[in-house]
This record gives sequence, structure tokens and C-alpha cells, in this order.
Amino acid sequence: MSAFTDRAEAALTDRLLKIAVERTAGTAETKRAAAVAAFPDFEAARTRAAAIKDHVIAHLGAYLEQFEANAVAAGARVHWASTADEACRIVVDICKAAGAKTVARSKSMLGEEIGLPHALAEAGIDRIETDLAEHIIQLAHERPSHIIWPAMHKTREQVSALFKARHRSPHEEESIAAMAESARRELRAPMLGADVGISGANFLIADTGAVCTVTNEGNAELSLVPPRVHIVTAGIEKIVPSMGHAIHMLRMLARSATGAALTQYTTFYTGPRRPGDRDGPEEMHIVLVDNGRTKMRGEGLAEMLRCIRCGACLNHCVVFRQIGGHAYGGTYPGPMGSVLTPALDGLRQSRDLPQACTLNGKCQEVCPVRIPLPTLLRGWREKSWREGLEPTAMRLGLGVWVWAARRPRLYRLGAAIAVRAMQLFARRGWIATLPFAAGWTRHRDMPKPARQTFMAQYRKERGK
Amino acid sequence: MVSNAGIEAPRIMTRNVALFVTCLVDLMRPRIGFAAIRALEAAGCEVVVPDGQTCCGQPALNSGDRDHAAALARQTIEALEPYEAVVVPSGSCAGTIRCHYPEILEHDPQWLPRAQAVAAKTFEIMSYLDEVCGWKPEGVALEAKATYHDSCSGLRELGIKAQPRRLLKPIEGLTLTPLSGEETCCGFGGTFCVKYPSISNAITAEKADAIDATGADILLAGDLGCLMNMAGKLHRNGSKVRAYHAIELIAGMGEGPAIGEEP
Repeated sequence: MSAFTDRAEAALTDRLLKIAVERTAGTAETKRAAAVAAFPDFEAARTRAAAIKDHVIAHLGAYLEQFEANAVAAGARVHWASTADEACRIVVDICKAAGAKTVARSKSMLGEEIGLPHALAEAGIDRIETDLAEHIIQLAHERPSHIIWPAMHKTREQVSALFKARHRSPHEEESIAAMAESARRELRAPMLGADVGISGANFLIADTGAVCTVTNEGNAELSLVPPRVHIVTAGIEKIVPSMGHAIHMLRMLARSATGAALTQYTTFYTGPRRPGDRDGPEEMHIVLVDNGRTKMRGEGLAEMLRCIRCGACLNHCVVFRQIGGHAYGGTYPGPMGSVLTPALDGLRQSRDLPQACTLNGKCQEVCPVRIPLPTLLRGWREKSWREGLEPTAMRLGLGVWVWAARRPRLYRLGAAIAVRAMQLFARRGWIATLPFAAGWTRHRDMPKPARQTFMAQYRKERGK
Repeated sequence: MVSNAGIEAPRIMTRNVALFVTCLVDLMRPRIGFAAIRALEAAGCEVVVPDGQTCCGQPALNSGDRDHAAALARQTIEALEPYEAVVVPSGSCAGTIRCHYPEILEHDPQWLPRAQAVAAKTFEIMSYLDEVCGWKPEGVALEAKATYHDSCSGLRELGIKAQPRRLLKPIEGLTLTPLSGEETCCGFGGTFCVKYPSISNAITAEKADAIDATGADILLAGDLGCLMNMAGKLHRNGSKVRAYHAIELIAGMGEGPAIGEEP
């Protein structure tokens, strides 16, 4: 048993987790289907979205430099980080230089990827998570279980109990509105009083130097505009050439994620406060993070850099729907996470992830940027096989099978013996337990094979 | 011979077709192979079962064992290339030959053209009968209420969706009731089901419940792996639903024993 299978087993017995995942992902699946059906030629829009990303990834250096020049011209400072540690150090240094005691953070998966919450804690800086779901998991000392609904693993009943235990003046009435009010009372003042606001970016616009965030709660706007300093951490693959391209990607993103035409808030931040502006930060810092992305581009994972983090592949994955996000063990769960985690954390620790997939292709079918996720997962399986990371029993079993399959005459003999042998385990047409196939018969019966293989029957019948 | 527009010219008959039986059908349910031959012959094909075939190599391919997948691909290509067309009673095995052989052998200049040639003439059985032969079963009757599961590889790699339904429609007395989540994976996934049995079981259990909820007496699909998985779960659950490969019904063999039934 690996750490992954242990976590998966635990998740499978968690009835509340199943309810929570099904409520959110099930709703998203239905709504996305309706949004896609109402969209004029969604397939063509997917092709265009993939082409935009491929173009940018092929010319990443040029677009990043263009972005930097325009962001600097708008008054922002641009920092380059090649690793997660470097990115965290840059952010912490900016916070320290600003004399920051508290930061308001707007949900960002890149922040999770580079371990920013941990780095801020180590630096003694208080972190206020302003996204409601991030606030929930901060209270619960957990990690996000989904890339767009970090607390999707929790039912509203569990959240209610958590708020009652941890909020200073919690809700009394059991309603979602009352719970939201409780969070508002808890968060509003510290949000407005934070020294630094930290966000991610959904898109970086090369020709204007703007940073785009999308939220449904308005928490990004409320936590990024009042503080004196705004820090953006963004993966270098977030770049798009122009506003027009960003708008196309936004149309794909919201529909694929939740089925909505747009999120409640879509904001473009171009530089800090200008003379005459009524509000806005005095300083804006943009930290462009590589953290393995350039390497991925060179190692056959360029298509993965198309990902816009919509979560559609998670919501439609039969495995994710059963085990939820935490079982995957990485920052990013589900199909996209199973491709990314081996690249970010190493294949040795995460070899289960590309294997724990039925290769049914649904994720690729719903991906707004047409990432060939099953192909990329097969790629990791090949690497795992080559590097000898697969269990000996599997290697041996497959080796024997292939050895026989390459010798048709011997194979027919072996097949004849195998079907004969299987008769011995059968009762009334079915086999309830079979050695070497316990994984199958633990949960389901195996039909008894015919007494003779097709090939044997065919030869006899056709007189050959 | 009249060949005006609107009047169909007589179809060229006797296609020389190779049946790629698949290892699972060979071992577990030979009836499916015989049903395929019967339907193909009814559609005017001359069917050959080439000797050199065993397994298409899909388990090796999906396990990451590229070298062995390539070895089995070469062996299979060699066995199948002399024929006009190759027909396979499985969407996932047909998908392996059609979509993955050219990928597996992409860096082998000698074998790539041969892989592409075999890929181009390989068809899943129901797609071949429906789209290439333009054939429909005649005089087949079966009083039953069936539901259909769209196996993933056939559906997404080969676009098998309407073809089986078109071929099942002329069967007298057969009604097809829709399965909720008919395009959702059944949890089989080849070696996945034995590598991660608990996850597989959770997925399959939901599928079995959805099948039972249709009230159908018969479950149909186009892939024996998925069928064995679903039928095995249904049987373990004590369900009365019986399972067949769709080609068995289409070939008029729907009166025979279902999966797991004694002849």
C-alpha cells in the first residue's frame, strides 16, 4: 500500500466527503453542459483557445519581456523567480521592506504551489485569507482540495460548525446567508487594515502590462486596492498577447469552471495608483514564477502549460469524484494535477497519480484548451516504467503476458490451459474468488470462460 | 445497368475482412467472435481469422511498457496487413490499432507507414457494419428491454455512438432505454481495476446502480472488458440484469446465454 492508496481508501469511506464532492462537482457538470450547449460553436472556441496558448508558449520569452516593459511603464515592479523558494523570498522581502505585519491574500493556486502561506508564517507575518473557501480551510488548518473551490470537501454543515467554533461572533441562524455574514464580520476589518495585498493572476496581458483576476466574492478587489502594497505572484504561462485574447480565455474559463458566462468580478490591474486616482496601492510588484515550467516545455509537457486552471477535468473525472482532492497529495489534484505533480514534486513520490486513471478521456473532452491529458499521463507511465518505479509484480505479470503473446502457438496452448483451469473455480457460470485476480474478485464476480477459446473452436469448426 | 442519380448502384460485395478477435474475446467469450463473423458474412464480407494474432498490446501500452507495446504492434500489423479491412469487436482494441499504433511506431521509419496503413483500414465491428457496409440486421427479433453503455475508448477515440443504436433499432421487439451517465466510465480501465480495486469498485458500484435504475433486463456495450466489469458487479449485487456484447444481439444471437450464464 502506498501513501496514495492509503489516502484514497480513507477518502472512499468518508460519506460526508462523497456528499460534498457530489454536490459541487455534480452541479458544475450540469451547468457547464448547459453553458456549452448555449455557446455558438464551443468546439471552435476550444481550438482557438488552445492555439492562443500554444502560440504564447512557443514565444514565451518575447511575450514576457513585452509584458515586463509595459508593466514597468505603468509603474509596477517586475521580479523574476526561477524556483518556489526564490519566489517566496521575494514576496517576504517586499513585505518586510513595507514593514508589513498583516497581509490580505486573495486565493491563488500558484501561491499554494510555491508554499507561500508557510513562508509568510515563518517570516512572522499574519495572513488573512479573503476568499471564503480559503478562509474556511485556514480556520481548519487544511489545504485546498480543489483548484477553484478550495473547501469543496466540506459540507455546509461542517462549515457551520467550524465557524461557530472559531468566529468571534458567529451566526446563530442555520442559513448560508447567516454564515456568510459571520465570515464578513470576521474578515472585513482585517481585510481593510492589511499592510500588503497578495494575489495571483488568471491572465497577464502582454501588450498592456495588466494583471487580470477573476473572483465571485469581490475579495480580490477589496483586499488588493486598500493596502499600500499589492504583490502579484503569477506563473509565467499565464501570459496572453492582448486584452482580446484575455477576453476569449475568460469566456472559456468561467463556462468550463462553473457554467457561468462570467464570474461576478473580473478585474484588470495596470500598475499602482496614478496621480489623480482616488484609490489603489502605492506600490505594485509582479513576481513572475517559473518553478519548473520552462523545463516542462522542454520535456514534452508543453501542452500542459495551456492549462487555465478551470477545474473542468477534476469535476468530470470519475476518480476525483470518488476520492476528492486531498487523496492526490499534491497542490493540484485530478487529471491536471496528476500531470503536474510528478513534474513539480518528482515522479518517485507521485508515481501512483498517472496510474490511478482509467484513461477514459473525459477530461480531454471537457478541457477548454484541449490538453491531451490521457496522452500526457501515458507519458508519465512510460517514464515510470523506464525508471523501474513500477511494482515488481506488475512488471513480472506483464512480462509473462507479453512473452507469451509474442509466441502465438505457445500462447494458444497457454490460453487453452488457462480456460480449463478457470473452470475449476467456477460455480454456476461465475467465479467468486480467483487467485492472482483478487483485485477483481474482491468486489465483483468473474464470468466463467467457455471451455474452449475462440481460436480452438474456430479451428475445429472450420476444419483447420 | 441503371446508374441514374437517386438509384443506388449495386454495392460491391465480398469484402475480404480480417477479424481481429481480441485476447479477451478469445479467452472469455468466443460467442462474440462468432457473432461478429455471422454479422459480417450477412453483410456480404468474406471473413478470415489470421493466425498470427494474439493481443494488440494495449495492456503494455497503458502500463508504459513502450518497447513491448511496439513489439506486439509489429506482430499484429504483420498478421493483419494482407487484408482489405480489419474488423475488431472492441472499441478499445480497435482504438489501440487505429489511434495508437502510429504513435507507438512514430520513430520507426520502416514500420510507421505499415502502422498507418493498418490503422487506416481497421474498424470497430459496429462502425464497420453500419458506416462501411451500410448494413442493417434483417429478420432479427428479441423481446427485451435493453440499455446501452458507451465504452470510453470506442466513444472518444473512434466516435462509436450512433452506430450500435442504428444497428439495434431494426431488432423486432427490442426497446432501448437510456442509461443515466451512459458516457461515464464504468471503472474498468484495463489494469486500473486490479491496481486500484477500491477506487474502481466505487465507480463500478455507481454504474451498476444506474443500470439497475433503468429497469432494463439487458445491458449492452461494445467492449468485453467493460461488460465483464459491469456484469460481474451486477451479479455480485444480485441484480437480474443480463449482459451481452451488442454484436451478439445484432447477429441474432441474443437468445443464447448472457455473460456468466451456463449454456
